Amino acid sequence: MNHLFRERAPITPAGWAEIEKEAKRTLRALLAARRVVDFVGPLGWGASDVELGRADPIASPTGAREVQARLRRIQPLVELRIPFEMTRTELDAIDRGARDPDLDAVTAAAREIAIAEDRAIFHGYEAAHITGICQAAAKSAVPLGTSHNDYPGAVAAALTKLRDDGVEGPFAVVLNEQLHKDLAARTEGGYPILTHVKRLIDGDIVPAPGLEGGLVISLRGGDFELSVGQDFSIGYLEHTTDLVRLYIEESFTFLVLTDQAAVPLAPRAGKKS
Amino acid sequence: MASETLHEDPQKLGSDVIDVHRAIVSVMEELEAVDWYNQRAKATDNPKLRAILEHNRDEEKEHASMVLEWLRRADPVFAQHFKTYLFTEGSITGIEAEAEEGGGGEARSDANGDGSLGIGSLRQVNR
Repeated sequence: MNHLFRERAPITPAGWAEIEKEAKRTLRALLAARRVVDFVGPLGWGASDVELGRADPIASPTGAREVQARLRRIQPLVELRIPFEMTRTELDAIDRGARDPDLDAVTAAAREIAIAEDRAIFHGYEAAHITGICQAAAKSAVPLGTSHNDYPGAVAAALTKLRDDGVEGPFAVVLNEQLHKDLAARTEGGYPILTHVKRLIDGDIVPAPGLEGGLVISLRGGDFELSVGQDFSIGYLEHTTDLVRLYIEESFTFLVLTDQAAVPLAPRAGKKS
Repeated sequence: MASETLHEDPQKLGSDVIDVHRAIVSVMEELEAVDWYNQRAKATDNPKLRAILEHNRDEEKEHASMVLEWLRRADPVFAQHFKTYLFTEGSITGIEAEAEEGGGGEARSDANGDGSLGIGSLRQVNR
């Protein structure tokens, strides 16, 4: 048994399988940053930090003024956890072979924690010492423009900036979920605008519910590093006669190594998208 | 030259693919050596020679395992399959059937493992 205490949950293998299947499906569908940044790990629950390779001079030890001291810099991993509840009635139904189990609570929890990871990677998470890609690359941001027809031009301008900085492709465009839907639905010259954008890059267009605006990012590798200690896992909290309380948990941190390797596409002022 | 078995222009392959090639060829060589030592150890009538051959054979197994672990760390798909099949019990084909039920190996409960959902990297493009 490990710290997730799954064996203590009154859940059969069939119940676990359904819960895990739904959680995986939702996480895989929503996680966007993991499609465009380097992934290190999983390093395990015991991993606490990532070495940064830097050190800061500090005061000498007491009574040893000639001794020089440096304190290593590390970036700690943050633990994210989202609790959810399953009714035991529904778990019983799964064991009877119900093909339409109510897994809405799993879906909602997985969605929330997936967006939380993406937001930390794209926009930062100060309390967890994480600087997001859009924060690090803010000075090179390109405005998205005032109309959807401006978006391919904004992506082209971002690609020019990246290439001017010597950043090689392939590239991907990450777009806020609503923007992605808008671009898929709208056409210019008979073609969906999304198709125009796709022609500009040698990579994917990734929808991201946790991103505001958009981002053009190099996939060459070595620029953005997501370090995961424990990858998304489901653990057990407690149960009553009616409910089983579980949670989804992960530990991670994120480093921007080359801020020139991404260009944010800034949404119009006053429009949150 | 990593080996004589590169099938494409090394310039187009890049260092990551060539390193994976080096590892795969190394595993092939180590396993071939295990097979040869195994046969020789079985065939010889000299017990002292057999002891040496068996010792050498088992060292090749260690070498193969080390390179396989490197491959696991370098390749998330290998990692996923190793996680599914290695150190399990019962029918191996049964594990495959169970893993594929529900699409892409997602239905098997990992309650006896570390509890991870095994999401990992979702990146499609190789560097």
